[in-house]
Formats: sequence, structure tokens, C-alpha cells
Amino acid sequence: MSAAVIVTDLVKQFGRFAALRGVSTEFAAGRLYAILGDNGAGKTTLLRALAGLTPLTRGSISMLGTTDLRSVCGQLGYMAHPSLLYDEMSGMENLRYFARLYEISDRGQNDEDRCADVIRAVKLDPSLTRPVGQYSQGMRQRMSLARALLNDPKILLLDEPFSNVDLRSAREMVTLLTGLRDAGKTIFVVTHQAALLEGAADEFVWMEAGQIVSRTSDLAATTETK
Amino acid sequence: MKRAFPILAVLTGVLLSYAMYQALVVAPTEQTMGDVQRIFYYHVPSAWTAFILFAINFVASIVYLIRRNAKADMLALVTAEVGVVFCTVNLVTGPIWARPVWGIWWTWDLRLTLTLVLWLIYVSYIVLRRFSSSGQTPLLAAVLAVFGALDVPLVYFSIWFFRTQHPQPVIGGGGSLDPRMWHALLINWLAFSCFGALVCWSRYRLEVLRRDFDETLALEALLEPRSSKARSS
Amino acid sequence: MSSVAGLTRATLAKDLRLEWRSKDAINSMLFFSLLVVVIFSFSFDPTAEESRRIAGGLVWVAFLFAAVVALNQTWAREMRNQVLDAYRVSPAPPNALFLAKVIGNFIFVTVLQALMTPLFIVFYNLRALGPAYQLPIVAALGTWALVVNGTFFAAMSLRTRSREIMLPLLLFPISIPALLAMVEATGAILTGEFSARFWIVLLAAYDVVFTIASLFLFGLVLQAE
Repeated sequence: MSAAVIVTDLVKQFGRFAALRGVSTEFAAGRLYAILGDNGAGKTTLLRALAGLTPLTRGSISMLGTTDLRSVCGQLGYMAHPSLLYDEMSGMENLRYFARLYEISDRGQNDEDRCADVIRAVKLDPSLTRPVGQYSQGMRQRMSLARALLNDPKILLLDEPFSNVDLRSAREMVTLLTGLRDAGKTIFVVTHQAALLEGAADEFVWMEAGQIVSRTSDLAATTETK
Repeated sequence: MKRAFPILAVLTGVLLSYAMYQALVVAPTEQTMGDVQRIFYYHVPSAWTAFILFAINFVASIVYLIRRNAKADMLALVTAEVGVVFCTVNLVTGPIWARPVWGIWWTWDLRLTLTLVLWLIYVSYIVLRRFSSSGQTPLLAAVLAVFGALDVPLVYFSIWFFRTQHPQPVIGGGGSLDPRMWHALLINWLAFSCFGALVCWSRYRLEVLRRDFDETLALEALLEPRSSKARSS
Repeated sequence: MSSVAGLTRATLAKDLRLEWRSKDAINSMLFFSLLVVVIFSFSFDPTAEESRRIAGGLVWVAFLFAAVVALNQTWAREMRNQVLDAYRVSPAPPNALFLAKVIGNFIFVTVLQALMTPLFIVFYNLRALGPAYQLPIVAALGTWALVVNGTFFAAMSLRTRSREIMLPLLLFPISIPALLAMVEATGAILTGEFSARFWIVLLAAYDVVFTIASLFLFGLVLQAE
């Protein structure tokens, strides 16, 4: 199994605070990783660094065999804590715009169909004309996931996808994610609700104070050592 | 290298005192303006020193944009700060000189206005550095320095043309300087340049220390809660 | 290149649609410059001759302040829900975003000018004594000068504390030659005392220099955090 992501000695310093303090590890392709840890442990910063959103103080990231993250960003799906959607536009209008950014129509499927497909994949209705700002938190969260899936990414980076989502929807999202994992995608999920991913995630990655402190495939084992 | 700093400090002290003696005693009194003209030996060298520092800032900013070298960034920072101080000296001594001699504090003369605009641009540069919330301050500052440098010729031409349309009292210019005046001026400039270099150098060393300190603090800050938690559990 | 043009169009269409739905920028700009016009006309009591001389300054100061309102709005729209990050993680070229924003702001400020100019004419009793056909040229070049740098510096201000204050602090010093040129050119055309040609050339040079510089450096600013 080849490594999809290799990080070497990542340090991210914000003034007098370091969010990442020397993270070095590898993540294999085609697996679902749950990234766990307390607030301020550096989970979100790690995810943003992988997404190429935050310039590093030190260290390097190699993704899909290259350290030039710009060249592979088209293979990446990123879902942040905020929705990354325009509140004043409907779901379809939002996705149609983001589809242009990825030039999806060049890949043989037209924008309209692709957008409708991902919206249906997250169990929403593409014909909904309501602006996203008037969605419920759970719907907005799912639309945000749809946006991240739009370009059919090889690597998915999800920051708290289950926050404020009701249990049933969260379970549906987990099923969707495991389906994607089985289709060969590498998925990172930062979450506080580790239990949701029990049995679904291949590995649980614990972060503490800007470092990775343990990695296990068994959630129960990691919680015991804590 | 360690010994170079005190040597420069002593040299600067000697030069500054000698230059002051030249400016206040040796240089002849100007016939029409009188003793107030002697402020010229401080007014002009401070402007020249400021311009040199701004030029270094521009070069350092370009180097930073190409190489992402932290030293280039620190050099840009200190030259901008010290440059603004010298530029301020120039802008303050100008009106003090102009008022008794020409009867006006200020005129929108080409050199005056250009200096004022440069001062404004570099003050905004320093404000940007202070207000920047990201770790990318050096990058943003370098970009602003490039914009500022591109602006200078445009400012020059616009004021030059503005002056031809709105004639203003002409100050300075014309006439030849007595050789002793030239001597005093150049010695003062040399002294000011050494003084500028000295201040930049110590500011640079301070900045190196500050960044090291921040980095150490950043890396250790997170160790604290971790060890305390380990004790409690 | 075609992808930059297409993407610029798509982003511009998106921005115009958002503005059409909220009308945040245009309304606040309109009201703001209306206030400036009214307050200025109280502070001076100009005869037609005098007002011709100062009108260039008044008009452009009003537009400058109004433009700052619009410029802050364009990026504020991208900061809500951190939508800007969605652009930053995509492979889309940064310059398409920049050009769309500049063109969008250019349209907003031009609409504002079209609406405000009649007001200025009425309140200040203006009539151009010079070649009036040059006025739209000055307006277009001047507006471009304001919005190209304004859009760039507004993007830079995103990475600072109190970004709404930061924008004018960065924009005004750099804009001094452009402002001088706009004010002088407008004054020259209204009074007919000078030729505005030099100022128009200077404005054009300013536009070219800073448009190129912005296109070179915007990618760096967008990816900075």
C-alpha cells in the first residue's frame, strides 16, 4: 500500500504560539483516518496545512507523490468548520460556481449533472431554491460536504463534519464516507464524536499539544490508554 | 564581527562630534540667512540618509520576495523604521529653517512634497507590519514596499507638473556653496550615515533576539499544560 | 488564458448576483457620497466660478470615500463563512478572482458616478468650460486607478487586525499621484484654463503600472495567511 500523504517535521507558529510542533508521519492511500484530540491540539491546523491553506513555518508535506501542493489541489476536497458557501445563493447556484473553479465540465461530465449528483449523494434536493443561509445547520453541513465532493477528490479533508448534525444524518454521512473510502479515496475526518466512526475508521490518530501522540486501529484501546 | 559593533559606535561618536564642530564653528555664517542656515547641515544629511535606507528597504524586500530569506525581511524592517525617523528629522527641521528665512512654514515644493509622500508611504508600511495578524507579515510588507517604490516616479512627475501649473515660492536651490560649507555638509552626512547604520544594527540584533524568543516561547508554551496534565492523571 | 477569462466572467457574474440580492455595497456607497455632497455644500458657499475650481477635488474625495466602502464590501462577502478558502484550495488561477473583483468594483463605482454626477451639477451649478468629452475618460481612468489598488490592498487588509481601518491607511498614500491627477484633470476641464492631457497620460501610466504589479503579486497575497 502506497503512502498518499507524507508529512515531515511540520511546525506552524502563530506569533508566540505553535499550533504544530514537529509532526512527522505517513498516511496510506484508501483509508479513513479519524483525527482526535482536545481543542487546540492542532487538528484543524494540520488539516489546513494539508489543504495548502496555511504556509508552514518549517517542514514539508508530500501529497500524492509531490511536494508541490498547488499542482495536486484539484485532487483535494476540503470541508471546513464554516460552510464555505455563499449564504445568499441556493445550493445549486453555489455548486455551479465552485464547479467552474475546478473546470469539471472538461472531465467529460457537465457541471449541471455533476452538481445535482453530489447534492443527491448527501441526501439533499437539487431543486431546492432556498438560499443556503436559510438552511438548517444539518442541511448546510451536508451541502458543505457536497461542495467538498464536487471535484471527485482523491483525498478528502473534513473538519468536524458531524457537528450540529442530528444522529441519523450523521450516520448517513458516515455510510457515505465509508463508501467513498471503499472506492479508494483517502479520507481525514477531524471530529470530537469519535464514537460515530467506530468500526468505520481504519485508524484513530490522537493529537495533543501540536503533536501526534498515538495511532491505533481500535478506538477502545486508545481511550483506555488515555 | 563581535568587535565591529563597538568600533562602529566609537567611530560614530567621534564623527558626530567632529561634524557638529564643523557645522557650528568651522563653516562660515551664511550672509543673508545668518546662523539659522546651519540647520542645513542636519536637514540635508538626514534626508539623504533616509533615502539610502529606503533604497535598502526596497532591495531587501525584492530579495525577500525571491528568496523568502528572514534576514532580508529583518533588514527591510529595520531600514524602514530608522528611515522614517531620519525622514521625520528632515521634515521637522525643514519648516524650522523655512519660517525665519522665507516667512512660510511649508510650501508644496517638489522636494518637500516628495519627501512627505515618501514618509507617508513608509509610515503606512510600519502600520501594516504592526497590524498584520498573520505569520505572513514579511510577505505583505515586501509587497507594499514594491508598490511604494513603483509609486515614487509617479509622485515625482505629478508634483513636478502640478508645480508648473500652480507656481509656488521657490526655496533653496541656486547659488554655489562655500567649500567649507560643502565640507561640513559631507562630514555630517558621513556621520549621519554611520549613526543610521549603528541604530539599524542594534535594532537588527534586537529583532533577531525577539524572533528567537518568540519561537522558543511558541514551542515551549504547549509543553506546559501537557506536563501538568500528566502529573494530575 | 481562456480559463482566466471564463473564470473571471463566472466570478463577476456571481458577485453581481450577490450584490443584486443584498445591495449592500451600492446602497451604502450612494448614501455615503450623498452625505459628502451635502456636507461639503454647507461648508463652502461657492459661486459658480469658485465651485468650478474646487469641484474636481470635492467630486473625487466623495468618490474616493465611497469607493472604500465598496472595496471593503467585496472582500467582506468572501470572508463570510470563509468562502475565500474554497477558492484558495481550488486550482483556479488567483488572477481571475482579482480581475473579477476589480471589474465588479469598477462597475459599482461607475454606477455611483452616473447617479451622483447630476446631483453635483445641480448643487454646485457646474458647467464644463473645457473639452467635456475628456471627462468620461478621466472618470474611467481615475476609477480604475482607485479600484485596482483598492482591491489589492483590501485583499492585503484581510490579513490584518481591524481591516476596515487598514484599507485607507494603505490605499491613500499610494494613491496620491492618481488623486492629484484626477482632481487636476477634472479642474482643468471644468475651468478650461489648462489642458488636461498631461494628467490623462499620467493616470493611464499609473493604471498600467499598478495593474501589472497587482497581477504579478496578487497570487502571493491570496495565498498568504
